[in-house]
Amino acid sequence: MNNIPNRQIICEVLMDKAKEDKDIVVLCSDSRGSASLTGFANTYPEQFVETGIAEQNLVSISAGLAKCGKKAFAASPACFLSTRSMEQCKVDVAYSNTNVKLIGISGGISYGALGMTHHSAQDIAALASIPNMRVYLPSDRFQTKALMEHLLEDEKPAYIRVGRNPVEDVYEEGNMPFKMNEATVVSEGKDVTIIACGELVRAAKDAAEELGKLGVSARVLDMYCVKPIDQTAVLKAAKETKAIVTIEEHSYGVDKA
Amino acid sequence: MENLKAKSFELRKDIWKMIYKAKTGHTGGDFSICDILVSLYYKHMNISPESTDHPNRDRFILSKGHSVEAYYSVLADRGFFPKEELETYSQYQSKYIGHPNNKINGIEMNSGSLGHGLPVAVGMALAGKMDKASYRVYTVMGDGELAEGSVWEGAMAAGHYKLDNLTAVVDRNRLQISGCTENVMSQDNQDARWGSFGWHVIHAAGNDLKALDEAFTQAKATKGKPTVIIADTIKGYGISFTENKAEWHHKVPTEAEFENGLKELEERRIAANE
Repeated sequence: MNNIPNRQIICEVLMDKAKEDKDIVVLCSDSRGSASLTGFANTYPEQFVETGIAEQNLVSISAGLAKCGKKAFAASPACFLSTRSMEQCKVDVAYSNTNVKLIGISGGISYGALGMTHHSAQDIAALASIPNMRVYLPSDRFQTKALMEHLLEDEKPAYIRVGRNPVEDVYEEGNMPFKMNEATVVSEGKDVTIIACGELVRAAKDAAEELGKLGVSARVLDMYCVKPIDQTAVLKAAKETKAIVTIEEHSYGVDKA
Repeated sequence: MENLKAKSFELRKDIWKMIYKAKTGHTGGDFSICDILVSLYYKHMNISPESTDHPNRDRFILSKGHSVEAYYSVLADRGFFPKEELETYSQYQSKYIGHPNNKINGIEMNSGSLGHGLPVAVGMALAGKMDKASYRVYTVMGDGELAEGSVWEGAMAAGHYKLDNLTAVVDRNRLQISGCTENVMSQDNQDARWGSFGWHVIHAAGNDLKALDEAFTQAKATKGKPTVIIADTIKGYGISFTENKAEWHHKVPTEAEFENGLKELEERRIAANE
């Protein structure tokens, strides 16, 4: 049982890189604890900016820092970071093409009983609709680490959404196929393809195993790159398997009649 | 100083022509901030068209992005791009659109949606502090814009971080699209508002280059806190019939108005030179 949440891996990668790279700046909106970034704030106080509970300001200040050569990582609960600050994400980050990585933590329904205000089941739709904004939902701790290391190498905007709790590993240490912006085939199958992202990849993997026992051969695609989506992998699945099912921790706002 | 006054009227002529040709633009706000831009771009800011990516250049954000014609005319005159390019303003496929964007040489940040300039400027000023750089950061906002909550998030952070490398200017022309600011949302107690967030507040006659010069000089000398200059301006300043008229927020001149306005601007330019 893995007990390290993906958000903690993000902090570990940033702390590791910040040793050498003084342009890395982490920003929080009274969210350093929720984002597992207290370690970063304490170790690199000169590379940490607190904005208080002001998510719009968090995003705009990140853009200003990035415009002056900093690599800004703005971490806040996904619900507030994405839709409350949507216009700052659109104008100051995506349209102005600033090197800001928006880290949405406790995404989806991670906050459970805290209710609708804290659920972020709109963030993917909201931010993916913005031109020049990439959207990534890594599945486990190994993939989160690889994704963060790749994102540290580019200077373009991105939104990264992770959950709150530790998730069971999808991959193994040293056995984690990863190519930037390409879906990972978690398991091969010929009857049906399950395309999943984020924490639900593990659920999809488990489901595929159960389906196997029933004689159904299910392919599982880890589509951590929701945008830009891996079209080749989707088309290949459509051609080679008889059906595609997608699962994500998100809503399309369908109301009961 | 007298030559810069003449310069401000010369630039208003360019703006007036740009708006008349394109049949769109924001005359009132352009004219009210002309002198502020002239003071910054011809005197106070350390910028140059030859080194737009110099790490120690001063940064400027036009938060009230709709005054873009004034911004374009100043940048063109300072040599950031050829003046002829402004002939394409607001036309199909032109990059000179109705709000600032950073495809244009000399423009740092895209703007147009109000309440963004100050928070982004706070990030730029923080970066300057982190790097122990000597550059300064400037932003110009409208007075109507102060109703945006995000302005005050930025103001709070600038005060908290004691960003004395940041100067904000409020174009206090007392008019916005629906009429007098005081009828739309009152803005008359700026000293108390900014002061309570830890800012140094300066009042200056916003169409008077000498007063602006003193204000920017004082802002540079102010240590330990950011400075806001409440620039009392006249919306539409420069042509008698556009001054203090809410409808000139984005009205386009008729042919007769265009000719009369151009004549008056030229007269005032000459008078300023004498």
